Amino acid sequence: MRKLTTPFIALSAAMLLAAPWIINAAPYESTMGLVQKVFYFHFPSAILFLVSSVICGIHSFRFLFLKRQSADAWALSAAELGLLFGALTLVTGPLWARKAWGVWWVWDPRLTSSLLLFLIFAAYLMLRQYGGPGSDRLAAGMALFGMLNVPFIYVSVNVWRTLHPMTSVVPTLPTDMGIPLWFCFTAFTMLFIALLTLRATLEHQRARVEALYLAEDEG
Amino acid sequence: MKRVMRVMRVMRVWILLATLLGAPTVAVADQPQPPKEFVPVDEVPPGEQIPAINLVAAAYGFVWVAVLGYVWSIAKRLKQVETELADLETRRK
Repeated sequence: MRKLTTPFIALSAAMLLAAPWIINAAPYESTMGLVQKVFYFHFPSAILFLVSSVICGIHSFRFLFLKRQSADAWALSAAELGLLFGALTLVTGPLWARKAWGVWWVWDPRLTSSLLLFLIFAAYLMLRQYGGPGSDRLAAGMALFGMLNVPFIYVSVNVWRTLHPMTSVVPTLPTDMGIPLWFCFTAFTMLFIALLTLRATLEHQRARVEALYLAEDEG
Repeated sequence: MKRVMRVMRVMRVWILLATLLGAPTVAVADQPQPPKEFVPVDEVPPGEQIPAINLVAAAYGFVWVAVLGYVWSIAKRLKQVETELADLETRRK
């Protein structure tokens, strides 16, 4: 598995290094100007933030209801990546908003629900770290609530009044803006897959170490 | 009298439910819609470019630092666990 992750990380790093040149070649947006270029990193981060929550929720469901022990490692890995990509989304967004909207933050449904999902991931990881025995099951329950938040975050900009652009922005992008966006999205997705695989490998190795310690104690 | 009170209570519950469910629908219907698409432009006023560059650089810089930090953190933890695993397996032999 790790033989695959190294080229994935190398390729995505190379793509992310090339990204500023490709983004620079994209045209300026008429009302926001230069600051709109934050979008090329903000959008992939935000989508992968939501994807993390779905992966974490599905594996938590498998762990809780189908008793698949290995699913817990994937859920934990996805939660950690959710925190990372959530932080990227919640930092790049306000940097863009400061120029585009004149404020760092507004308590609108999209921003507030995204912050809530980020806090759910933070709570999940704190519970896993400090919760003691049984915290894996409690955290899995919490991850299911996190996953339920995803459709709400996605449609919030179309249903409620908000300053945030609607979901129709991306499909209607002109080609010269779409190419850098999908280039960055591919780079981020490859990085995400590689990091998720590495993080899950770490958790599987930890399980092996624990099993060996237990075997030593019994012997 | 009791019957009237019960009817009044049921009516109050219905009014409350109708208000709770109806208000968001009305609120959503009256709202102005945000812009639906980005429009590219070839020329940007010079004043626009200068302050925005700091925000764009900060955003890209943060992404790089956070991702590199996380990759370093995973690599470090993975190395620790694999060393521990190798030690345990050697001890078992």
